[in-house]
Amino acid sequence: MNDTAGLADFRTRTRAWLEANCPPEMRRPMASEDDICWGGRRWRFASDAQRLWLERMAERGWTVPAWPREYGGGGLSADEAKVLAQEMRALGCRLPLASFGIWMLGPALLKFGSEAQKREHLPKIVRGEIRWCQGYSEPNAGSDLASLQTRADDRGDHYIVNGQKIWTSYADKADWIFCLVRTDSAAKKHTGISFVLFDMATKGVTTKPILLISGKSPFCETFFDDVRVEKANLVGTPGGGWDVAKYLLTHEREMIGSIGERAAAKPLGQAAASLVGTDAQGRLADPLLRAQMAEFEVDEAAFRATMERFGDLAKSGQAHPAFSSALKYYGAELNKRRHELLMAAGGSDALEWDSERSNHGFAARTWLRTKGNSIEGGTSEVQLNVIAKRILELPGA
Amino acid sequence: MALVLTEEQTMLRDSARTFLADNAPVAQLRTLRDERDGDGFSRPLWQRFAEMGFTGILVPEAHGGLGLGHLEAGVVMEEIGRHLSVSPFLASSVVAVTAIRAAGREAQQARWLPALANGERIASLAVDEASKHRPQHIALQARRDGDGWVLNGEKSFVVCGAAADDLIVAARSAGEADDAQGIGLFVVPRAASGIETESVAMVDSQRAARIRFLSVNVAADAVLGPPDGGGAALQAALDAGRAAAAAELLGIADEAFARTVAYLKERKQFGRLIGEFQGLQHRAAMLYVDIELARAAVIKAQQSLDADPAAASEAVSVAKARAGRSATLAVQEGVQMHGGMGMTDEFEIGFFMKRARVLQELYGDANFQADRLAASRGY
Repeated sequence: MNDTAGLADFRTRTRAWLEANCPPEMRRPMASEDDICWGGRRWRFASDAQRLWLERMAERGWTVPAWPREYGGGGLSADEAKVLAQEMRALGCRLPLASFGIWMLGPALLKFGSEAQKREHLPKIVRGEIRWCQGYSEPNAGSDLASLQTRADDRGDHYIVNGQKIWTSYADKADWIFCLVRTDSAAKKHTGISFVLFDMATKGVTTKPILLISGKSPFCETFFDDVRVEKANLVGTPGGGWDVAKYLLTHEREMIGSIGERAAAKPLGQAAASLVGTDAQGRLADPLLRAQMAEFEVDEAAFRATMERFGDLAKSGQAHPAFSSALKYYGAELNKRRHELLMAAGGSDALEWDSERSNHGFAARTWLRTKGNSIEGGTSEVQLNVIAKRILELPGA
Repeated sequence: MALVLTEEQTMLRDSARTFLADNAPVAQLRTLRDERDGDGFSRPLWQRFAEMGFTGILVPEAHGGLGLGHLEAGVVMEEIGRHLSVSPFLASSVVAVTAIRAAGREAQQARWLPALANGERIASLAVDEASKHRPQHIALQARRDGDGWVLNGEKSFVVCGAAADDLIVAARSAGEADDAQGIGLFVVPRAASGIETESVAMVDSQRAARIRFLSVNVAADAVLGPPDGGGAALQAALDAGRAAAAAELLGIADEAFARTVAYLKERKQFGRLIGEFQGLQHRAAMLYVDIELARAAVIKAQQSLDADPAAASEAVSVAKARAGRSATLAVQEGVQMHGGMGMTDEFEIGFFMKRARVLQELYGDANFQADRLAASRGY
């Protein structure tokens, strides 16, 4: 790493601060997704260390290092934020806070929100006080999201919202929702949609968890029955919700695309070798599995370089705006491949569903969960459509 | 370091692209093939390479070169792939130069590098002895003879071997054929007594050589580094060659893909442009992503080589494997999507398929690289 003098100094100070302030428990790899800290009004910390780590990081705005100081963020430059991420990785520090507010709503508010909206919502996201969920998909609006039917009727100073959302991540645990609603049913499909925010505790909001093939329920059906939403909670312009949604989806795609990257603690092949065993030469004992592992690691390394390059291109304004679809597509497929290989490496041990030994079926449940990676946030097929149309400019795409 | 080209590197790319489009396009390769040219490349073009400074990219300024890095060499290689230009650039200006820089004493560098930098002489590394790249398996024997050495054995797939003035021969001076130690690098004029060269036209119309060494004498001062400790320099030369071949493969993938996408936008069947069919759109989109992965992996490898060659082998293997696979996919999809025209000699897409096959094999194919990565990562 060739830091400038200022950056080298920042690196030294950052490392020292992390070493002094990151509790040892927060430097161990997460055992399962139960170790993720999501925050929110109803959050119960798994440990004092988890609480302390969030508070200390939030205090400096380092839960969201690159957001402006005035909204509670860390105010770091892109290079400084990269250094912080590198140093956290080097020390094995866990993410202090996982949040749809950070990954999705925040960037949209920074671009489209009013000053009052930014001051109201961003600092609470930084501190993990409010947990957000996303109300996009509906039973009849999946890949074809713009055909959504949830209605917001204009009542002067407020709207009355009626309809149903589906695949709302953690809606039963969230405090607020950012939601796409139809404010103009006479307008064309994409132009009658608005982006609104409201409290999940509002009268008329109900949620019902959906049991998935993994045996878990990270998603809900969410119902709105005459829900009152103040007009001050509309982001952007009435009828301009699709632009906000598209912008936010770009961030979501980058996030899903990077899931595999963040999860990579140790090379997959090494993990597999410890599960399967090795031959006299120290090679993974199953030669065909070894070959698949090696091919996976080639692609994984190349994908990492691709994300790094995309970040560098974005910094200099050279990135194609639709390239996030490429990252989403490949990242999702790669993560599915990773867990297919891990299941193959685990053999019958990886089939156990609720034993302590298997950490309550962690391998199998995670494997099943990843099948959704290429469906949520726009299916792989939709990403390929976007690439064909916007990057390759193929006719009729 | 950012994984994007600097302004200077972009200028180099643009000038290489313009120069090769004007002076060494695919049509020139076709002519060389049809005329059964003995070298398989154009000597006047090689002279122009030297005038452009390409031949000296990796040679230090003290020895008459430009003192640039693997990234710059890769920029030129990518354009060579895009135009299927034929020259000894990879064999001589990248691999041979790297071997001499990695292991040569100052006097040896001063002796060989200036003539390679200005293109007056051509050198090529002779490493393979069997049909698959296995650089740890070297049986060609170097036996001490007074102050000097005597070489006996055979080499194959020596790129531009018949046109080379000097050969850098990986030979075994100690140990058994598969030992990692006991390998030396010996510089031999190809005209030396006891060398038998068979020039072989390959599927892509480039030329390689099978070379027999029958008691060939080598002077003591023509050994690069320790006679039994040249393994690291050999690896450095091969890694430079792998990264450069990966860049050429990337150029091939890029150009084959660009031609294919253009064809999808002009060819009509069933009253529609075939690019309107989703079956082809998705394949094109997947190929696009595949090539972008190769692009990032190639730049990463070149930067790693420039930063620390000894620590670059994993990045190099990733790049060679990934670019090899992407180019293979790009030329196969290219021929398929061009339909019957893709099978004709008249259309140039087939030339890209042929070159990609040769480069896949050169210095280790994708399977070799993946295996090397796995071994390096301890499984």
